[in-house]
Parts: sequence; structure tokens; C-alpha cells
Amino acid sequence: MDSQRLTLLSRIKDSDIYFSFIKSPTAIVSSVILVIIFFCSFFVEFVAPFNPFDPSSLSLMEAFTPPSWSEKGMAKYILGTDGQGRDMLSTILYGSRISLIVGFSAILFSLLLGVTLGLTAGYFGGKYEMIVMRLTDVQLTVPSILMALLVDGIARGIISRELHDEMAIYVLIFAIGISEWPQFARVSRAATLVEKNKDYVSASTIIGVSNILIMFKHILPNIMRPVLVIGTIGLALAIIAESTLSFLGVGVPPTTPSLGTLIRIGNDFLFSGEWWITFFPAIFLVLLAFSINLLGDWMRDTLNPKLN
Amino acid sequence: MKTKSLYRVLLTLLLAFWVSSAWAANTIKWSMQGDSLTLDPHAQNEGPTTMVSRQIYEALVTRGLDMSIGPQLATDWKATNPTTWVFNLRKDVTFHNGDKMTSEDVVFSLLRAQQPSSDFKEYISTITSVKALDEYTVEIQTKDPNPILLNQLSNIFVMSKKWATENFVIVPQNWDAGQETFSANNAMGTGPFKITLREPNTKTVFKKNKKWWGEVQHNLDEIHLLPIANASTRVAALLSGELDIVTDAPVQDLDRIRSSGDHKVLSIEQMRTIFLGMDQAADKLRSGNTGDNPFKKKEVRQAFYQAIDIEAIKEKVMRGLSSPAGIITFPGVTGYTKELDERLPYDVAAAKKLLADAGYPDGFDIELRCPNDRYVNDEAICTAVVGMLGKIGVNVSLNAQTKSKHFKELKDNQGDFYMLGWGVPTLDSHYVFHYLYETEASWNKVNFSNAEVDAAVRVMEGEVDLEKRNAAIAKAWKIVKDDIAYLPLHHQVISWASKRSVDVPIRPNNEPLFRFSNKRY
Repeated sequence: MDSQRLTLLSRIKDSDIYFSFIKSPTAIVSSVILVIIFFCSFFVEFVAPFNPFDPSSLSLMEAFTPPSWSEKGMAKYILGTDGQGRDMLSTILYGSRISLIVGFSAILFSLLLGVTLGLTAGYFGGKYEMIVMRLTDVQLTVPSILMALLVDGIARGIISRELHDEMAIYVLIFAIGISEWPQFARVSRAATLVEKNKDYVSASTIIGVSNILIMFKHILPNIMRPVLVIGTIGLALAIIAESTLSFLGVGVPPTTPSLGTLIRIGNDFLFSGEWWITFFPAIFLVLLAFSINLLGDWMRDTLNPKLN
Repeated sequence: MKTKSLYRVLLTLLLAFWVSSAWAANTIKWSMQGDSLTLDPHAQNEGPTTMVSRQIYEALVTRGLDMSIGPQLATDWKATNPTTWVFNLRKDVTFHNGDKMTSEDVVFSLLRAQQPSSDFKEYISTITSVKALDEYTVEIQTKDPNPILLNQLSNIFVMSKKWATENFVIVPQNWDAGQETFSANNAMGTGPFKITLREPNTKTVFKKNKKWWGEVQHNLDEIHLLPIANASTRVAALLSGELDIVTDAPVQDLDRIRSSGDHKVLSIEQMRTIFLGMDQAADKLRSGNTGDNPFKKKEVRQAFYQAIDIEAIKEKVMRGLSSPAGIITFPGVTGYTKELDERLPYDVAAAKKLLADAGYPDGFDIELRCPNDRYVNDEAICTAVVGMLGKIGVNVSLNAQTKSKHFKELKDNQGDFYMLGWGVPTLDSHYVFHYLYETEASWNKVNFSNAEVDAAVRVMEGEVDLEKRNAAIAKAWKIVKDDIAYLPLHHQVISWASKRSVDVPIRPNNEPLFRFSNKRY
């Protein structure tokens, strides 16, 4: 058992991925930042100094407190408070959790949809492939934000207002996911086309392995590299898309604000000098998206040099 | 060949003329957070709606810049006996389409404003008959001697009878039922401006009425109303020069606007009180979780009242630009006194005790309905109220939405607990009681009912002895204040921000009068 673990560790240590990771300072820095952000967001109840969504803990008289290092700042509110007296640091941490949940779920949704369609299209070919690929072409002509707005608008039409607030997060996941899937479909189809002519696929076909098994057991693991690269970069895009939609007021409701909602609320105070209400959520979002992108870039260089 | 070149010359000249006239047009670009709800002059009694109507429609009498009543479509009037008034009309007034305005139109408009679908019927509910004595004389009869008839008539706009008949809008648009009529997006009045473009919630263009009867005291050719809901976008548009005037400048941005050098800010205490309504008649709250109606108990209403820290709202949300209110009326209105305007003290411990005494020691759930584009920082006030009520254990969910939906759903009796603001255009307490407190009054959505108050309203309508009338008003205010029928918050202070070159006189009812406005090049 112990030797097994050792071999696993040494296997990781000997791998070229580990080597390139160690040699890349950007990858190390960005992954450290991401680990911290993920940890704080998912254990926010223990990390955040306040629960900003408990109305009875708020004090309106402490609204608009600037960050603690400025003249009128208070030590307990490190990044200051917003217009209702909520601690900025806590709201940002709670908000980033919503942003991350939406981003991850959306990208997972589009990954499942895109890879399934792309893989089957590449494998079976023919009319089916043509239909799927034309569908991605059509989808790609519609900007993803517009697509997401459209989905949200339709959802608002068919879901009653009372249910809408509860459903908002699922609608958002679906809206972003549906606008990102063509990327996955194209990449996985291209990779499948290369793989399906290889000997191991022919061999499996000859010994009578079923199509489904060939696709998902043999081809899928071999096309995962480029898909993961796109997925990582897509995660940053999905988080930004979520923030954009929330900023436009069609995303998650203000009662459970995401980073975009926070930036939108803070936007009202930009002229009046209360810069911290919008600045910190914005800089947090930039940091998050930037780190994911850097990590994605590194993954692309390492896992799939051809894409470079 | 010759004719073709002649055409060309003509076309060029026409184009040149059009370009130069467009260049010379003196346009004021005006913005506020919400738009007029309808152009029908009798369909909605709401601030911005009247603001827009006031530029295109006129009434028999009107309030001038100093808020005193003066003649408008009527030149003079006299009471031939205590209940009969005779108005002599101007003879040189035409509608925007060139038709002459006669007593027929006045009679038609007053009767139209009394129809069930009108939102102005309460204004003139004491009028029993209106008839035309001749082409330019109108006789109005009231049920009892009415001391505030002129105040009331100043808000009843006159529209063209012929135009209304031709366009099937003889009765006012039923706004509450969501009806769409020709008059909702078109207007035919006699005012100094006429509507040439109407895109609800986007753009409304008013053009100068060149044939207006009055002495022109403005130098405007056009007004563009461009509602912008987002506060910072509105301020950015003003600062960048895209807008000329904003009639609801956000309180947090006033310093920034003042410091720009090209802009000025005017502030004035507005004739409007913001308050919360609590339905005290329903057997069961629609959004509650107790299965009964806690608001039926005065203790609960008082607990809510005392849980609200109005000074904190004033300082943080309104940035000092509000004055806490004890009643839903403000200085300058007949019946207002300083003692009445005193608030119950802010006291969380007392509020908790009251709530426990009423049988709700752990509080309850309730939904607070709020507009988000009507009053100064309306949504922020409501959010603050949610937090304050949370401190006494009441779990409030906030439903903030655009004003057209908010008002429609209130009128539809969907609100348990809601925010509303009330101005008093007649400057008389009667208006407040008649709309908000009288049994089954149209905006009495808390379903308050008190026989003594109803009786006092009748006295206000028919008593000419001022002393007796004032006593009735004072008594009615005392009853509703002691009963906490509503939860008053504050009197609103409004601020207008404009370019320095734009001169629109500010008025305490927040209504701009563009016929007194000038813009320097």
C-alpha cells in the first residue's frame, strides 16, 4: 500500500506535467491564488468575518465605512462596508461562491453537451455530423451574451415571478452553458476524427466492441487533453459571463448577490467617492478570471502544444 | 433635363433649410428615473405622469411658479351662490390641431374625469353638475359649499372633445386593468408644448406649440424626455453633457455634480411624504406565515414603527436630505402642525416587547413591496427597513420592482406591506384623507376604516366656516395618527441638477414648468 502511494507520488514527480509546472512561476502563482479563493469561497461560513445576509446583524449607521487603512475606517471592516452596512470582504466571499458555482456548473453542462455531440458526430460522420456541425456554426454566429440574454428572457416569460428568484441560478447555468457548448463540440469532433483512424480503434471494431464502448472508453480518454484546456479557459469566460449578466440585472437576484451583482450595486456610488463598494468586487473578479486564464494558458502549452 | 436639375436645386435648398433649422432648435434634454405612465390626462394620478401632462394639457386654473392659484383656461370666475360657480373661458385658445377650445370641451373633460376609470375622480367628487351656459361660459355646481374647488380644478386637464370622440377615448383609459388606448400614447391639449414622438420608457419629444395663446416666456423649441433608470448612468449622461437637466439627481452624487463647474444643483423640500402601508383588514396576509393578520393589532404596527431608525435612514440612505415625518402631510398644507409631525421614538426594546405582547414573540414572515424607480432611494430605504425589522425578529423579504408593476399590483390589492409616497397638489389635508384614509378610498390599500374620520371628511368638503373645518381636520389627523393607520417615514427633499446654461425653476411639487424655462447657447 505504502509503496503504491510512493510510486504514485514518484510517477507524478517524474511526469513532464509536474516538471513544467515547477518550471512555470505563473502557473504556481495562479494556482496558489485559485486554491486560496476556492477554499475561502467554499468554506465561507467559517472564513468570512460576518454573515452579510443576516439582516439582524447589520447596522445602518456603519454604512459607507471606508477600508480599515483609511482615515475613517474601522478595524473590523477590513475592506469597508457598503450602503447597507454589510462588510465588503464577507459579501465578496459569499458572492464569489455564487459566481464559482454558476461558472463551474455552466462549464460542466456545456462540456457534457458539447463533448457528447462532438464525439458522436466525429465518430459516426455522415448526415448526423453535418447537422451537428451546422448547428454549432449557427450557434457561433450568435454572441454568447446575447444567447444568454435570450434564454433568460424566455425563462422570465414562462417561470412565475415567485419561482423566478429561486430558479434564477439554474436559468443562469443553463443560459451560459448553452452558449458555450459549440467550442467543446468542435474541438472534440476534430480530435475524434484524428483518433478514429488509429489502429487501436480499428482493432476494437474488428473484435466487435460496441460503438458506445469504443467512443466513451477508448476514444474519450485520448481527446480529453484539448477539451480540458478549453474547459479551463471556458471557466474564466463563464464566470465573466455570469458577472456580465448579473451586472445587467438579469442574473442572480440581489438577495444572493454574485460578484457581478455586487459590482452593479456599487456602480451607483462610483461618482460619490465610495469607490471601495465597486472596486473590491471588481478587482476580485479580475484576479479570479486572470488566474484561471493564466493556468489555462499553461495547461494549453503543456498538454496540447499543437494548439499553441 | 431642366426639370430634373430644378428638382435637385430644390432638394438641396430643402435639405439646407432642414439642417439649419435642426441646428437652431433649442432643445432641453430632460431625464428622470421613470417615465410618465400614460399620456391620458385622466388615467393616472401619479407625479411624473402629471409632470408630462402639465406641459401639454392645461386646466381651468393652475398653480404658478410660486404655487399660488391663477387663471389658465378660465379668465375669471365667481360664485353666484355658495354651491354654484361660473367660469368665463379664454376666447383665443386652440388645441394643437387648430380646433378652437370652447366650453363644450371643458364640460366634456370634467365629466370624463368623473368616469369610473378615471384616477382623478376623487379630486372632483363633490361636483354634481357641469354645464355650458354659452360657448365660453361654464357653470359648475357642487354638492355642498366647497372651499377647495379651485385647488382641485387645477389638476383636471382639458382635452379636445372632438379628438376624443374621433379616437374612441371618450372615457379615460382603464390603466389599472392594463387597457391600451389611443390617448395613452397620443395627446390633444392646449398647452405650450405638443407631443411629436412617444416611445414609452425610451424617448418622448415635445415641440413648442407656436399657436399657444399665452405670452411666451421660454426660448425652447423642443424638450426631449429620456428616462434613465440607473442612477449612475443618469449622472454620467448629465456630466458628459448628453443631458441638460435631471429632476431627481441621486443624493449621493450631488457633490460630484456641483464640483464639475458646468453644472448646478437646486434642492427644495418636496411636497411628498414617504410611508409604509400595512393591510389591517385582511383576515389572512397573502405573504405571511402566521395564518392570520398580525397588522390587525395596533401593537404590531407600533412595533414596526418603533423598530425603524429614521435618523439612520436620513443620515446614511438620504445623506441628510429628508425630514422625518409623523404624518403623511408636510408644512404648507392646511391642517399640518409641528406637534402632529412628531414621531414615536426609535426603540428596539419597546418594539420587541410590543411584538411579544401582541402574541408574536418570535416575529413572523412578511413581504415588503417597493418601487425601485419612483422615490428618492426607494429600494435602499426598503432594504434598510428589512434590516431594521430583522432586529425585532420579523423576517421580511423584499420585492422591489418597477413602479408601473408596483402600483398596478397595489391597486389590485396584492400588497400586505408596501411603500408609497403621497404628495398633496391641492395643499389641503382633505386630499390625503379622501385618497388614503376614507373607507374604500381608491388608494386606501391598508383598508383603514373609521366612521369618525369619514364624517370629518364630509365636514372638510362642505364646511365654509374655517374654524369648524380646521377642527375637523385636526381631529381626523389625531385619530389616524394614534391608530398608526400608516407608518410614516419622511418628507422627501428633491434635488434637480442641470447645466449652468439651463434655467428651469425648481418647485416644491417637483413639477418643472418648461414654459418658464430658458436655455442659453
